[in-house]
Amino acid sequence: MRPDDDVGIIGYGVYVPVYRIRTAEIARVWGKLNDDLPVEEKAVAGPDEDAVTIAIEAARYAIRRAGIRPDEIGAVYVGTESKPYAVKPCSTIVAEAIGATPNVLAADYEFACKAGTEAFQASIGLVASGMVEYAMAIGVDTAQGRPADALEYTAGSGGGAFIFAKKSHETIAYVEGSYSFVTDTPDFWRRDGDRYPYHMGRFTGEPAYFRHTVMAAKSLMAELGLRPSDFDYAVFHQPNCKFPLKAARYLGIPEEKVKPGLVCSMIGNTYSGSSMIGLAAVLDVAKPGDRILLVSYGSGAGSDAFSFVVQDAIEEKRDRAPKVSAFLSRRKEIDYSMYAKFRNKILM
Amino acid sequence: MVTSAYWRTRLHRYRLVGNRCAVCGKAFFPPRLVCSYCGSTKLEECKLPERGRLVEYTVVYSAPKGYDVVVPYVVGIVELENGVRVVAQITDVDVNEVKEGMEVELTIRKLPEQLEGGMICYTYKFRPVIG
Ligand SMILES: [Zn+2]
Repeated sequence: MRPDDDVGIIGYGVYVPVYRIRTAEIARVWGKLNDDLPVEEKAVAGPDEDAVTIAIEAARYAIRRAGIRPDEIGAVYVGTESKPYAVKPCSTIVAEAIGATPNVLAADYEFACKAGTEAFQASIGLVASGMVEYAMAIGVDTAQGRPADALEYTAGSGGGAFIFAKKSHETIAYVEGSYSFVTDTPDFWRRDGDRYPYHMGRFTGEPAYFRHTVMAAKSLMAELGLRPSDFDYAVFHQPNCKFPLKAARYLGIPEEKVKPGLVCSMIGNTYSGSSMIGLAAVLDVAKPGDRILLVSYGSGAGSDAFSFVVQDAIEEKRDRAPKVSAFLSRRKEIDYSMYAKFRNKILM
Repeated sequence: MVTSAYWRTRLHRYRLVGNRCAVCGKAFFPPRLVCSYCGSTKLEECKLPERGRLVEYTVVYSAPKGYDVVVPYVVGIVELENGVRVVAQITDVDVNEVKEGMEVELTIRKLPEQLEGGMICYTYKFRPVIG
């Protein structure tokens, strides 16, 4: 999909909570061996944090980089599967907190881990059509895995916010095109009222993550007439450290182009935040002219693929707010008992 | 917290909006009806700086209902860059690392939930500066 008018990112921001639990600590509690853990550690939302507070932090940083007034933002979309309210939007709270209300479009998106990039697509369309000047798309989660389940080792907390506008000298990276690849694939779900999700073990690999990620990326390249070697960086959804590297191998993209955006070993799988924090980590280091492939994945299932080309404004804007590396080095380690208390796993 | 009271004060809570005396220029947070310096009632809404310095603090061990999960926590007086002092919770810090004089910045966090299924209240707190 290509917008008639060129659209790009003019500001971005991320937020990752300060608390970390090491996967070795989780393995200790459940009597699992320490070899082959999917990530080193994961970010844990503190007791006063949720998807809304993380979204607000990321959004405020994105506005700082964009250098716009919050009341100029025409749409605020929050993509998440960890909504604090089952009914009542996160986006209204975020829009009010950042000062975008009341003349604004606001809604929550839901599509497992690709809710944030789904919001990218909508934002790009609204901006390209001229319906709004600026649109903000946020992907954020405070994911929970059932205690002792494989997901408990990776389900982390964090988010990213991106502001889109028509291409100008303010553009950090413009969108060359996007492609969405969606099928009905039951690899992972959480029923209404349930606290923890179900997942289909090995089934989550080939027919789910890899098929959608690879097909979206290949179709995008075909549509834009690009080859894997045209990309300087590739960012994939990061449910663990192995999947993104394997997807890159399927596409013929070398590891060095994936690693700069690979943050899951330090913060875990931040679900809707995952590929967006990865994109931010790449923007933190990319040069004008670099081309970035972004491919999200959401269970259920689908992938959104985007090609971004970095512009000159990145050099001046990236230092206006903390980079991803600042959040990776800011950490307070907690043990399993504190983690259980923070994440409301203890019945009182 | 009462829903209507939370709704009325949400802009102060979310954006650190206080007010300023139109006569003598002093700023206040939370907003005041009468200037405590010159007695004027002409006060105008103003957005306060989001960074400041922790001037004083105390550690709360004996807390109200619902705060069991966050005890012990730090409550402090933050002097903002324009001199206005705000009383707020200091978050993301261990009790043994908090220091007077530390640089802090605004963050919006949720208050402990008092009632299962009730409204979630988000409000201003401060945390150490990032980056
Ligand atoms: Zn006065």
